[in-house]
Amino acid sequence: MAVTLKVNGQTHTLDIEPEMPLLWALRDELQLTGTKFGCGIAQCGACTVHVGGVAMRSCSVPVGAAAGKDIVTIEGLASADGKLHPVQAAWVAEDVPQCGYCQSGQIMAAVALLKEKPNPTDEDINTITNICRCGTYVRIRKAIHRAATTRT
Amino acid sequence: MGHIEPNLSRRHFVVAGLSAAGGLMLGVSFPNLASAMPLSQAPWSNDAVAANEINAWILIEPDETITIRIPHAEMGQGAGTANPMLVAEELECDWAKIKGEFASPNRNVRENNVYKDQNTVGSRGVATSWQYLQQAGASARARLVQAAANQWKVPAAECVAENGAVLHKASNRRLTYGKLAPDAAKITLDKEPAIKTPDQFKLVGKPLARLDTPVKVNGAAKFGIDTRIEGMTYAAIISCPVVGGTVASVDESPIAGKRGIIKVVKLENAVAVVADNTWRAQEALNALKITWNYGAGASSDTAQMKKFYRDGLNEQLVDVRKDGDAAGVLAQAGKVIEATYEVPHLPHVPMEPLNATVKLSADRVDVWMGTQSALSTLQQAAEVSGLKPEQCFIHNAYLGGGFGRRSRNDEMRQAILVAKDVGRPVKLTWDRPQDMRGDRYRPQAAARFKAALAPDGTIAALETRFAVGSINRSIGRPLENGMEGQAHDGLSNQGYKIPNLHVAGILKNTHLPVNFWRSVGGSQNCFFFESFIDELAYAAGKDPIAFRRAMLDRKDFLTVLDKLEEVSNWKQKLPPGRGRGVAITFNHGSVAGHVAEVTVDNQNRIRVDRVFVAVDCYNVVNPKIIEAQMESGALYGLTAALYGEITVKEGQIQELNFDTQRNVQMSEAPRIEVHITPTGGTTQNGAPKWGGIGECGTAPIAPALTNAIFAATGKRVRELPLKNVKLAEIASL
Repeated sequence: MAVTLKVNGQTHTLDIEPEMPLLWALRDELQLTGTKFGCGIAQCGACTVHVGGVAMRSCSVPVGAAAGKDIVTIEGLASADGKLHPVQAAWVAEDVPQCGYCQSGQIMAAVALLKEKPNPTDEDINTITNICRCGTYVRIRKAIHRAATTRT
Repeated sequence: MGHIEPNLSRRHFVVAGLSAAGGLMLGVSFPNLASAMPLSQAPWSNDAVAANEINAWILIEPDETITIRIPHAEMGQGAGTANPMLVAEELECDWAKIKGEFASPNRNVRENNVYKDQNTVGSRGVATSWQYLQQAGASARARLVQAAANQWKVPAAECVAENGAVLHKASNRRLTYGKLAPDAAKITLDKEPAIKTPDQFKLVGKPLARLDTPVKVNGAAKFGIDTRIEGMTYAAIISCPVVGGTVASVDESPIAGKRGIIKVVKLENAVAVVADNTWRAQEALNALKITWNYGAGASSDTAQMKKFYRDGLNEQLVDVRKDGDAAGVLAQAGKVIEATYEVPHLPHVPMEPLNATVKLSADRVDVWMGTQSALSTLQQAAEVSGLKPEQCFIHNAYLGGGFGRRSRNDEMRQAILVAKDVGRPVKLTWDRPQDMRGDRYRPQAAARFKAALAPDGTIAALETRFAVGSINRSIGRPLENGMEGQAHDGLSNQGYKIPNLHVAGILKNTHLPVNFWRSVGGSQNCFFFESFIDELAYAAGKDPIAFRRAMLDRKDFLTVLDKLEEVSNWKQKLPPGRGRGVAITFNHGSVAGHVAEVTVDNQNRIRVDRVFVAVDCYNVVNPKIIEAQMESGALYGLTAALYGEITVKEGQIQELNFDTQRNVQMSEAPRIEVHITPTGGTTQNGAPKWGGIGECGTAPIAPALTNAIFAATGKRVRELPLKNVKLAEIASL
C-alpha cells in the first residue's frame, strides 16, 4: 500500500504497510538513521521526531498516522546551507554528547520544548523524559538554557 | 624519567606505488553527509596501508591535515579525543588540523600488533596506552625533523618542530609537515626519541572540545546499528528465555505469506527471522510459535539466588588478605559491630541495543558493529566463520554505550551464523527485550562485616566475608586459587590503615552469565565497604569525614577527602529531613569520592539534590572529558542504586525493557559539581601515574546516597536497589 510521507520538506511515496512504525520507515526505507531505536515502547525517546510540529516517539507512531503531516528528523534541523539549529549549536558549545546515541532524540525533544517555552525553567526542562544512559542530563540542561538565550 | 624503548622503528611502512591520493578512505560511503569533521561520521580506518603514512598511527596530507589512528573504541568515554591529544602533544602540530579515525584491527593482526591490544575496558584508554601513543607522535616528529635536516643539509639538532612545521632558525627556513611527510616516511631513526614528561605538556591537560561532538548533534555519526551495505538483509533474534536452554521446535505457520520474510534461522539456543526490514523481522519473530527446552536454569528464582549468596557467607572461604589477627582482636573485643549487605544482578542496558552487520564470502568476512574489544572480536569472527584472522575485517563504529557489555560480542557470533545460513549479508539487531535477556550481568553479591573499634575511635579489627558470582568462570578465564581480583576490588585494596584486617570470600555462580559492569567489583564492594565504614563512624561517635581521615595517610585519598569536605560545605548543618553522605574509593587506578545531599520527605520519598565529586587520576589529559565522565559515572551508578536489578522467575529474566528497568530521568538527575584534584607523581618504575576515568566515578554514588539517607533519617540501607527498600520498616539508629 502506498504511504506518502513528508520528511524534512521532501515528499516520499513508499509501498509499505500503514502500521509500520514511522521509526522503521525512516531508518530502513528512507535511510534516515539519525533517528534511533532504543526500546520500541515509547519509553526512552531515542526515536523522537516532530510530527506536525509535535515531538513524538516514532517507534510508536504508525506511518499511516503520520502520512501527509510535516515530519522533521534530526537530519532536517540544520538550515539548507548547513547552519546548525540554535539548539544544535548549544549542544556543541556545551559538548553535551558522550556516546551520542540518544542525542538526536534529546535535541528533538529540546527543540519542541523551546517552541512551547522559549525561556524554560528547570521545572519545564524536567518534563523531558528522554533517557540517557551516559548521564548527560547536567549538560543537556545547560545547553537548553543556553539555547534559550542565544536563539533569536 | 628514563628513555622509553618502544621499538617503533619497525613500524613505519613505506608503501611504494600505492596510488591513493590520501584523504579519509572509508569502507562504506555515505554520499549525503559532509565529512569535514574531525571525526568522520563513519570513523573506522581503511584496512590498507595509505600513502603519506609517517607510521601506522599518523597520516599527513599535502594540505596539512593530520589523521591520527585511535586504538580504542569511542563509547562516550572520550578516547576518541584523549588518544589523539597524546599523539598530537608529541607531534607539535596544529590541533585544528587533526582528524581521528579508529585503527584497523585487521592491520593490527597483519602488522605484528602495531595498535596493541585495542581493548577498551578497565578504564585503560589512557592509563595503559599513553606511552605508545606519545611515542608514535614523538617518532613521527623526529622523522619529520630529520627529513627537513636532510633537505637543508644541516644537523637535525639545529632544527625544531613547531606547530606543524620544521624550522631552521639560523637560516630562517621552514618546511611544513605536509611537504615533508613523503620523505619522513622513508626515514628509519637510529634511536627513537624520548617522550615528554607531564611537566612538559602543552596540549595535554587542556579542556579541548571533543572531536566527536559535531557528528553527534546532527544524526550523522554512524553507530553499528546504522550500517547499510549492498544486498543487506535485516534480522531479529530471540534467545532462549532461560539461559542455557535450547530450541526444541519452531512453528513457522503463523508467518506464512507474510511480506518481506526471507528465512527463519534456527540456532542452537536462539531463533532468528531474516527479512527485508527490521520491523518486519521483529513482527514475524514475535508471531512464531517457538518451543524451548528450558534446561536446568528453569528451576531458579530470585529468592533462591539471594539465599545462595547469603549462604555463601557461611561456607568455606578463600583468604584474600590477612593483616594482623582480626579474629583474635574481635574475640577479645567488648563490642563487635556487625552488618550484612546484599546487591542483585544488574543489566548493562547500553542505549544502542546490541547489533552486528556481517558480509561473508569464501575468503573474507566484514563486520560492522561497535565493539569494546576489536581484536578479540576479530579472533571470534575467525573462529565462527572458519576463516583466518587476516581474512577478518572489523569496522568499529561509534558505540552507543558500552559499560562492559560490548566486550563479548555474542551478537556478532549470531550474525555470522545467520549470514552463513541465509547466504546474504545480514544486519542483526537485538530488540530491547533481547538486549536485557541476552545480557551478561553484573554479578549478584553479599558481604558481611565484623569490626571492633580501638579506644581512639579508629578501626582495631575488621573481618570481611563476601560471596559473589565469578566473572572469570562465566567467561572461561582461569581462577587463581579459587579467587579472582575483581571479586574483592574495593574490599581488599582501600586506603585505610586497619591493623587487623581479614578479607575472605567465595565465588558462586548461578545459571546467569556475568561480566564486567562499569566499575566492576567496585560497583558492589564500594557500597558494602563504604557503608560499613560509615556505620563504624557513627558507632565511634565521629564525623564520617573525620573518622575516615584519621585512618588515611595517602595523599590521593586525603586530597579527595579534603576537597569534598570543602566544596560540599560539609560542616554546615542541613535542615531536618535532609542529609549528606560521603564515600571514597580507589577504583581502576584513581581515587574518586562523592558527597551526596538528599532530601527524604515524610512519606519516605528520596530525592538526590546535589552530588559533589572529587577525583584524583594523578595526571590529566582533558579535564572537560573527566568532568563529563564523573557526571556520567555518578548517574549510571545512581540508576543502579535506585532502580537496578535483574529478577528471575522460573529461570527467566523479568525486566525486559525501560518500563520495568527504570532509568534516572532529567527530573531525578541531581546537580553535579566535579572537582579534579590531580596529585601527579610517578610509579615505582619512574613513569608518570595515569589513573582511569571511565569507571571510578560510578562506584561511590550508592554508598554516598545511602550514607546521606542515614544522615537524614537514622535508617541504614543495607540492600539495593532502593526502590525495594521500605524505609518505614527500617528501625532508626
